[in-house]
Amino acid sequence: MPDSALSHVRVLDFTTQVAGPYCTKLLADYGGDVIKVERPGTGDAARNLGPFPGDIPHKEKSGLFLHLNTNKRSITLDLKSKAGQKIAKELAAKVDLVIESFRPGVMDRLGLGLEALQESNPRLVMTSISNFGQTGPYRDFKSSDILVYSMGGEMHSTGLADREPVKLGANVVLYQAGSVAAVGSAGALFLSQDDGPGQQVDVSIMETQIGSVDRRMSALVGYQYTGELSVRIPFGAAGYPIGVYPCEDGYLEVTGGLIYFPRVVRALGNPPELLEPRWYTPESQTDPELKDEFEAHFLSWTLQHSKLDAWRAAQESGVLSGPLNTMEDVANDQHFIGRDAFAQIDHPVAGSLKYPGRPFVMTESPWGIRRPAPLLGQHNGEILQELGYGPGDQARLRAQGVI
Amino acid sequence: MSKLPLEGIRVLEMTVVWAGPYCTSFLADLGAEVIRVESLATFAPLTRGVRAHPTAASLEVQPVFMGGYPDRQPGDRPWNRCPIFNPHARNKLSMTLDLSQPKGMEIFKDLVKVSDVFVENNVVDRMDQLGIDYAMLKKLREDIIMLRMPAYGSTGPYRDYRALGVHIEGVIGHTLLRGYTDMDASANNAVYVADAAGGSQGAFAVLAGLHYRRRTGKGQYIELGQAEDAMPMMGQFFMDYAMNGRNAATSGNRHPTAVQGCYPCKGSEQQGHDRWVSITINSDEEWRSFSEALGRPDWAVDPRFAHAPGRLEHHDEIDAHIGRWTEQMDNFEVMRALQVVGVAAGPVMDQRDAYNDPHLRERGMFQEASQEDTGTHMYPSAPYTMSETPPDIRRGPVRLGEDNEYVYRTVLGYSESEYARLVAEGHISMDYPEPFE
Repeated sequence: MPDSALSHVRVLDFTTQVAGPYCTKLLADYGGDVIKVERPGTGDAARNLGPFPGDIPHKEKSGLFLHLNTNKRSITLDLKSKAGQKIAKELAAKVDLVIESFRPGVMDRLGLGLEALQESNPRLVMTSISNFGQTGPYRDFKSSDILVYSMGGEMHSTGLADREPVKLGANVVLYQAGSVAAVGSAGALFLSQDDGPGQQVDVSIMETQIGSVDRRMSALVGYQYTGELSVRIPFGAAGYPIGVYPCEDGYLEVTGGLIYFPRVVRALGNPPELLEPRWYTPESQTDPELKDEFEAHFLSWTLQHSKLDAWRAAQESGVLSGPLNTMEDVANDQHFIGRDAFAQIDHPVAGSLKYPGRPFVMTESPWGIRRPAPLLGQHNGEILQELGYGPGDQARLRAQGVI
Repeated sequence: MSKLPLEGIRVLEMTVVWAGPYCTSFLADLGAEVIRVESLATFAPLTRGVRAHPTAASLEVQPVFMGGYPDRQPGDRPWNRCPIFNPHARNKLSMTLDLSQPKGMEIFKDLVKVSDVFVENNVVDRMDQLGIDYAMLKKLREDIIMLRMPAYGSTGPYRDYRALGVHIEGVIGHTLLRGYTDMDASANNAVYVADAAGGSQGAFAVLAGLHYRRRTGKGQYIELGQAEDAMPMMGQFFMDYAMNGRNAATSGNRHPTAVQGCYPCKGSEQQGHDRWVSITINSDEEWRSFSEALGRPDWAVDPRFAHAPGRLEHHDEIDAHIGRWTEQMDNFEVMRALQVVGVAAGPVMDQRDAYNDPHLRERGMFQEASQEDTGTHMYPSAPYTMSETPPDIRRGPVRLGEDNEYVYRTVLGYSESEYARLVAEGHISMDYPEPFE
């Protein structure tokens, strides 16, 4: 087994659902030893979220859970019991990083706040992931995928002018929050493992959108500079060709206006009528008649090509473009298959399935799947053994419902 | 106060547009000395602006996030004023050189010798043309970490394909998973999730590389294909295909089990009328609380709505009622009325809302920063906080070539006469040469 980047990092993971588990998945897939603490009986709520094979719910077959929890070990602990809290503290004494996504204040109430845990582990880092952060007037508010994008992200300018704003694909903003939490965690650990202090990393999911490069920061700063708000524009009001165009078998997204327009004309074979000077004036991109004329030309071309053929032809002329793929297209794409971008993972209950693979390739300290997502409480025995609880103690804890 | 986590780490970047610069902004926030290496021989579009010398008229027609330079004016040095660039340029340094001259590459090589990390996100052939690859860097600095983040990686049929984040979204399947349910995909506007993901996960990649280097002494080559990087974020949809052979479609603003939507609210003359609130009602208990708050106690006991399947079946009818209620109210008022009874609700915040928001203010999300060519403004800071080493804005958006003197004289130790010669040869400047548009 090659040495992974974070093989030296031990993590105690109290997170559920998407953002926290995605953060700890990144740490685990690059080598971290992640112990996932789950509630006895029910486990991480993501175990109840689909997709499930054949749409039949099963705790060990949630596609979302299986994807988000690779390489982790699971221990069940009743954190409301004194015995459960004691075991959690003993575990926290042996790790470098605790990650939690409870409502703010819960860890303190359980006696598992950073100060309490630092008594036996002074350089401990705790990353807390919550809807709105550990402080502030919205601290205890509820949130959801759509609220994160509404309040934090650039939803205000996503959608059409005469319609309601529209959100991103489900959970995408939560994944992004998880990846930001991984940055803060790895940064804090880099310091604590160099004789620096432990500390709290406070990740407000809302703020991971406020500070996102996906137009939000630019729209905010543009507002500071001009006093203008971003807007949703009417359908078809962008320059040309900019946006999504239908093809023979789907769609192609193209950014070919302004400085990129000559490349598009080249892709169309430089037809003389598109080389006329009227297409290249400063006003040409905002002239609706020219747009109509161009798009009639362009659509007759895209509609005669498959999305992949149109993409290839566009790229040969350097046109910024991409097809709108389905998941089937993605999973069967020869480029990504050839680059080994997916993982085939065998799970004792869910079987062997194709999963999304590594986000990036580290040539010296590779990403890898050492184990599939854990069964609920699968590693109770071995983790308790590591803490010195023998078989008799474990039987007692089981009888008390602690594990 | 402790030193910052990455103090003492020097990062060179040749990054463009968003994903690369966002990556290094995380490293700069954490205290690394991040030096933008900016060639005066080329102007990378959509980085320090669409063009180097835009006209005021051309800025006027661009959306505010691109063309919203201070007062929509290009100013004397437009490349220091662009809202595409300035938000992620905090805490960084900038030096210039001319990479079209052999001497430019020599300067770059001298910099590599004294750096820990090199980050770039150009199209693959750009680095090929310059002759920059890991083997070359490693000869100059044995333990260097190189992060390369091309759209589709440096191998395979798509290696030279050009893309912005919006195209990567399409390729990884995200575009077909969002947008209105009653319109086809051509109504979808551009979003740039892959840029955000490339930035944060690129920073995580560098941190992972630094952890490994400290433990083993070894640097390495890291390749982040931006499409592959964002694919895990499509997880449940990918798994649905893997498990069930199903291609999910957009569900608009709806949720698989909750009542959820984005509803119109009352505006004012000052606010305008484009005011919205999003609401998610998750459980039977939340439904009862919601019904009371809405003034529809009958809904709380209506058997059609008692459980999720019934509510989803009658979602359109429920939406119409919710909309009639919310349009009488201010969107922050709806948030307060529903959050107080335990229901998730929150306004669609425009930029003014965000800057005025009491929560974000109390948490210090926006911080004041100054820069000579734009003045003093409030900028978004790092998207997380730390108790001992806060990743604050220590320096405003870096101007082109602002740190030439420091980099050439202090970092590289070039003499005063050498510096003067490099100025004369066109390597050192705070201006792009005139021929650029």
